[in-house]
Amino acid sequence: MSSAIPYTVETRPDTGLNNVKLGIWIFLASEVMLFGSLFAGYILLRTGNPTWGKGSELLSVPLATLNTAVLITSSVTMVMAWVAAMERKLGKFRLYMGSTVALGAVFMVVKAFEYQAKFHHGAPPSYSTFMACYFTFTGLHALHVLGGMIINFYFGFPGAKMMATDPQQFANRVETAGLFWHFVDLVWIFLFPVLYLLNFQAPPA
Amino acid sequence: MDATGAHDHVDLKKHVRTYLMVFGGLMVLTLVTVGVRYLHLPVVPAILLALAIAIVKGSLVACYFMHLISERKLILILMLATVFFFFGVLLGPVLTELNEINPAR
Repeated sequence: MSSAIPYTVETRPDTGLNNVKLGIWIFLASEVMLFGSLFAGYILLRTGNPTWGKGSELLSVPLATLNTAVLITSSVTMVMAWVAAMERKLGKFRLYMGSTVALGAVFMVVKAFEYQAKFHHGAPPSYSTFMACYFTFTGLHALHVLGGMIINFYFGFPGAKMMATDPQQFANRVETAGLFWHFVDLVWIFLFPVLYLLNFQAPPA
Repeated sequence: MDATGAHDHVDLKKHVRTYLMVFGGLMVLTLVTVGVRYLHLPVVPAILLALAIAIVKGSLVACYFMHLISERKLILILMLATVFFFFGVLLGPVLTELNEINPAR
């Protein structure tokens, strides 16, 4: 293993991990705090707002349910891509990685239709505190989906050359990309009920 | 899940079976959480139930897809610390504003 960066594959004796694994988890910890601060803002804005939820009736629960299913499925294809990378089966790996990227694209297209519908109904972020929260949360999440799609596309296609030269390091890279992708799925699992299902609008006074 | 080549073929097959079971569980729970909405529960139970389902789903993803259940202790410690600070960030601002919050909601 002649690699310029140490401990990409071999375990570091003091941490019991390779640096790639520890690095991605520290990054994910920072991501938890990023979304955590948004959730904190959401709770504060919601509890202090007597007219919470203005605009939430414009959200489409069926479309969001579809997107939840799409993202969960993409998490499964991602983990199957990792299994294929561990088995060193390039064809199977590309099929699963390609599916993961495609499902990410489906999610983004559905999201784009949802955004378009909000603007069409005259409910941009400035419409209400709820819509501002909705666009902030889903916008940041969509940026993560886009980032994950770019990483997955790179590892799935141009970057997959590495499977022939350094299969174990490549499998570690795929696992790392997978950890990020599953995290993005995990965030959506919380955003879905918080934004779509739990809006109890006060009746108009 | 260390990189010492601990995964032989049989091991991976077992993984795949687990992943498919988790996938089924996540899909069912998604339908449950949407279904519960139509029961029109009062605000507090509805929020608690939806969050409980989301926590179960999130744990399934973290434990199995992200392999947290078989991960090294250092990562578990790191994530426990993160959860602690996450709740700090989440609840801190609300607690400081408690007097200002409209009790009707």
